[in-house]
Amino acid sequence: MFTQLLVNGLVTGSVYAIAAVGVSLVYGILRLVNFAYGDMMTFGAFAGYFANATLGLPMLVSAAFAMIAAALLSVALDVVLWRPLRLRRAGFMGLFLASIGVALVLRQAILLVWGPQPRAFEINQFKVYVLGDVRLSLAQAATIVSATIAILAIGLFLSRSSTGRVMRAMSDDRALAQLSGIDVNRVIVVTWVISGVTAGLAGVLAGLVQSTFDPNFGFQLLLPVFAAVVLGGIGSAYGALAGGLVLGVATELSTWEGFAGGVDPVYKPVVAFVVLIIALMLRPQGLFGKARTV
Amino acid sequence: MNVLSSGEFWAFVGVMAGIYTLFTLGLQVQFGLAGLLNFGQVGFMAIGAYTMAILVTKVGWSMWLAAPLAVGAAALAGVLVGLPTLRLRGDYFAIVTIAFSEIVRWVATNEDGLTGGSQGTINLTGQGTAAQYNGQWERFQRWVGAQLHIADKDVVMLLLVWSAALLLLWLTARLARTPWGRVLRAIREDEEATSSLGKHVFVYRLQALAIGAGMAGLAGCVYAWQFSFFSPDDFQPLITFFGWMILILGGVGRVWAVPVGAAVFGFLFAATRFFDFAPFSYLDSADRAYVRLMVIGLVIIGLVVFRPQGLLGRRDEMVLE
Repeated sequence: MFTQLLVNGLVTGSVYAIAAVGVSLVYGILRLVNFAYGDMMTFGAFAGYFANATLGLPMLVSAAFAMIAAALLSVALDVVLWRPLRLRRAGFMGLFLASIGVALVLRQAILLVWGPQPRAFEINQFKVYVLGDVRLSLAQAATIVSATIAILAIGLFLSRSSTGRVMRAMSDDRALAQLSGIDVNRVIVVTWVISGVTAGLAGVLAGLVQSTFDPNFGFQLLLPVFAAVVLGGIGSAYGALAGGLVLGVATELSTWEGFAGGVDPVYKPVVAFVVLIIALMLRPQGLFGKARTV
Repeated sequence: MNVLSSGEFWAFVGVMAGIYTLFTLGLQVQFGLAGLLNFGQVGFMAIGAYTMAILVTKVGWSMWLAAPLAVGAAALAGVLVGLPTLRLRGDYFAIVTIAFSEIVRWVATNEDGLTGGSQGTINLTGQGTAAQYNGQWERFQRWVGAQLHIADKDVVMLLLVWSAALLLLWLTARLARTPWGRVLRAIREDEEATSSLGKHVFVYRLQALAIGAGMAGLAGCVYAWQFSFFSPDDFQPLITFFGWMILILGGVGRVWAVPVGAAVFGFLFAATRFFDFAPFSYLDSADRAYVRLMVIGLVIIGLVVFRPQGLLGRRDEMVLE
């Protein structure tokens, strides 16, 4: 039972981790708490659904389609909204509120196009892999594999590629990075592409793991994802990865009977927030965040 | 279209604007005065509404005792939320408060024994018992109506809600001009400078959070009376965002801008229901509901882009930082 819960936790946690990196990078580079990210995940899942169910493409191709579609939409939003707001020097509150507006518009647009009914990807829902005493559905196995690849790729990109290093530099100290001649606009476009790709992938994976999804599901995932971002330290990409995995494992393990009888599974989302609040009381800047005044 | 000329409909729009005024006034105290990014205001509203309904139906208290206690419970929740989280940076605080409001909604949905669960207050005293918490309120409403010779229940409600709203607006405007209000604004502008003058920043913020939460609790009670039934679904995070939109629509930092923002929002929200000219006439009613929320989203974006200081705000005192 314990190992099964641990594996379930790693599955949920890796979806949170991928999504949290997308949110955290955008915050680090643009100082934007992107409330529209949950609905961008929904958009990714529905774009994948369009490719998979409507066009009849294989799941892998559909996932790639979802990632590209979400990346294009993210870049387009930067051109029509976020760039003009940057030029007007909108502050933290303004950006936050504008992203709430975008979230509303995006979700309602998805509802208009696809309707409110739950959808499912066309994969074998009944295939189960048995490894010792752990049972993994096809969706869970696919999630673990693709999430591991994605997390490694993001980690390598940030630590090894010059663009990745520039991004971390900008996230650390924007003014200093600009002074050393970084092409800020290019970095911003790359950031939105990564944010869109992670949203598309996380949306498709979450849709696979949950087996059905509706236009509201991304918004419901957004709060645990934010909790993961905050837990890791806002703006720290590695922290977001760790925060996502910790939260996923902690929420699943909390239902384990060996842990004081276990928490009622309906309270799993609450566990995520309790973990977050306790962690913030011990480390107000997040697990990987730097201590700052203010 | 004849519903637009019906007094009943406009009384309803007015009552909702009054409830939103109470709700947003709390945000004005928290953000406009103290600079706190509370994104969980709807959680305090839920605590107010549920405390009142539970005390009346389960404990059998008089509404006149239950309602003040409900407002107190919401304010106390503000203190409890603030104690561990007010030392966090603004953006962290914002996210933790959203999390708080979702926890409240989650508990209300799942603790059937306490709140009636997802079916709402109708199950407060158990499945299928059709619990009622507002008999006393309706008697009071009829009594007020008889005193003023007003037969229409909605008009009485309108008068009651706006009397409460105007009283609180006046009190808040007074409060903002006291030394206490000036300290809060000083904290908003420069926390360290205020703290070096010997003011206990944390305590002032905690007070602002609790007062604002109490106002949301009152909004919750009035909301419960207006609809005589509610469920956890009435306390979606969307309601908090409506409040923020009203705050910014009116003007951050100006107390009397809140009712203006609430009235404009109430009108917008109600009027978009009657978009039955092309291209909206091609849509069915469910699709039109989506379009309404889309319009609200676009208005939020437009406000941030074109008028961040709100309709009545002053650019020099406060724009969205």
